[in-house]
Amino acid sequence: MDKQINPIYENPIYESKEFKKGRLHRGNFTKKCVLIKRNWQLYLFILPALAYFIIFCYIPMYGVQIAFKNYNGGAGITSSPWAEPIYKYFKMFFEGAWFTTTLKNTISLSLYSFAVGSILPVVLALMLNEADNIYFKKAIQNATYIPHFISTVVLVGMLNIMFSRTGLVNQLIALFGKEPILFLMKDKAFKHLYVWSGIWQGTGWGSIIYFAALSNVSVELYEAAIIDGASRFQKVIHINIPALMPTFIIMLILGAGSIMNVGYEKVLLMQTDLNLKASEVISTYVYKVGIIHSQFSLSSAVGLFNNVINLILLVTVNRIARSVSSNSLW
Amino acid sequence: MAIRRKLKSDILFNIINLFLLSIIFIIAVYPIWFVLCASISDPVFVNTGKVLLLPKGVTFSGYVSVFKDPAILLGYRNTFFYTIIGTFINLCVTLPAAYALSRKDFVGNKLFTLIFLFTMFFSGGLIPTYLVISKLNMVNTIWVLLVVGATGMTNIILSRTFFVNSIPPEMQEAAQIDGCSNLRLFTNIILPLSKPIIAVMSLFFAVGHWNEYFTAMIYITIPKLKPLQLVLRDILVESQFNAKMIEQGVIDVGEISERLKLQELIRYSLIVVATLPVMCLYPFIQKYFVKGIMIGAVKA
Repeated sequence: MDKQINPIYENPIYESKEFKKGRLHRGNFTKKCVLIKRNWQLYLFILPALAYFIIFCYIPMYGVQIAFKNYNGGAGITSSPWAEPIYKYFKMFFEGAWFTTTLKNTISLSLYSFAVGSILPVVLALMLNEADNIYFKKAIQNATYIPHFISTVVLVGMLNIMFSRTGLVNQLIALFGKEPILFLMKDKAFKHLYVWSGIWQGTGWGSIIYFAALSNVSVELYEAAIIDGASRFQKVIHINIPALMPTFIIMLILGAGSIMNVGYEKVLLMQTDLNLKASEVISTYVYKVGIIHSQFSLSSAVGLFNNVINLILLVTVNRIARSVSSNSLW
Repeated sequence: MAIRRKLKSDILFNIINLFLLSIIFIIAVYPIWFVLCASISDPVFVNTGKVLLLPKGVTFSGYVSVFKDPAILLGYRNTFFYTIIGTFINLCVTLPAAYALSRKDFVGNKLFTLIFLFTMFFSGGLIPTYLVISKLNMVNTIWVLLVVGATGMTNIILSRTFFVNSIPPEMQEAAQIDGCSNLRLFTNIILPLSKPIIAVMSLFFAVGHWNEYFTAMIYITIPKLKPLQLVLRDILVESQFNAKMIEQGVIDVGEISERLKLQELIRYSLIVVATLPVMCLYPFIQKYFVKGIMIGAVKA
């Protein structure tokens, strides 16, 4: 009979190679297999979404290569010949007549609406937070949320009616004895119409997230401020605004990632032959060239250019945010 | 004396704040109110500036024309269909996925999240997506409006945040110890507890479907399947050309003026009719949704 070996302290397994490498105990891999088996139904739960993303997001990503090919509908994506030179369509875009116009319009519309549209929801949330009467607060909130639910088509329809020669705005102008202004035909007026109608529609909705952040500020901060003798205004500046900073920065970063995506839906609707010089942006150009003129490769090239710029902006702004403050997306 | 000084500046602050908020209220509400009034007023009064606060010369002929137009009725029927079925599909795709991602013991959680998240930042673009959809033979079918946009990472994250924060993991573990399968867990326990997020998501998806026009514009060209917004676009936006030609004096105004006036009236009535269902839905969901947004938004 062997001498008694203590199975805990002297187990021969301790001498084996596997154990010395640390792999013998029931490790992560086994645990994971158990969990997968136990939760197999969760994989069914995620299947529809996964299938959706693969079909409608990842497969089109594979199709992006037609930006570098002379796409031939008959040959399909894979067998279409590569463009000569490979950046042919990008060159076509950069040297084309519309490049400077679309780029200029995209950036200016974007920065304009970005600048105004990032700040105003914050201001609104701050103001709402200071209102004392709860019914007043609710009334204003609901009133400002409603424009968000109006569809783009209806919004542009309203714009067209109200800013027409006999529309509401010109009637008000006439009350002051001035001549009617043909807003819809001036390309200079386009960007203001675009941005401020967007502000009207989106400020209330955008203020929700800031309002939520404000309601999370601890009461003790306010009490300390009162003891220190702060006025309402000072409280806003020193408590509320810093409380909103993290959210604000995240929204800025996310916004930077779509700077080049100027809401093409609304622009498309607001475009007329007369204001095209000021209203053609990169995304509407992609639509026109691709869907209407069927120049698939050129359109894909422009779209890819757009996307890549967005990505670069997103990463850059995130990096800046990360180094300047402690808030960033990743 | 120091306290009184502070009170004064506080009162001033309050007054300015309330004043500005009231102006914002008016700016937000007045355009909508104006459209409502104008839709039941005589167009002559509308165009000459007599209708500013209240309707004048009440007439419902605009609405009558709207409801008699077959294209509009078809658009309405289509949009109702797309909205109801589409929202249901959206919920079935988004909520289970969000729940799966909310479970800590879901192996591959991080991987899936990354896969989904990446689509938020990079996409194939308009043309490649169009090619995929036409290869799938979905162009000019009902499926393109029901399936495209079935989910998005923003909504999945919002829902996942809700599941993580509002459903205690202890309850789920207890149910699993009792031998409850994941499927039953989801349908019998999680879903009844998720009424707020279901309400919020339904609202988002429904409004999205109701207001959808660009996808329809690209993929649907046969009138039988056109949603309401597309019909609206034809009437509200495209027909601007007529008005412009009049303003430039190209067409003789003459007897066309009557038709034009009715056209204006129809436009206002159309706006009201197109937006009314969403407006009616809003108060019902409002109860859940501000709370839901706050929960989701703060954490996300």
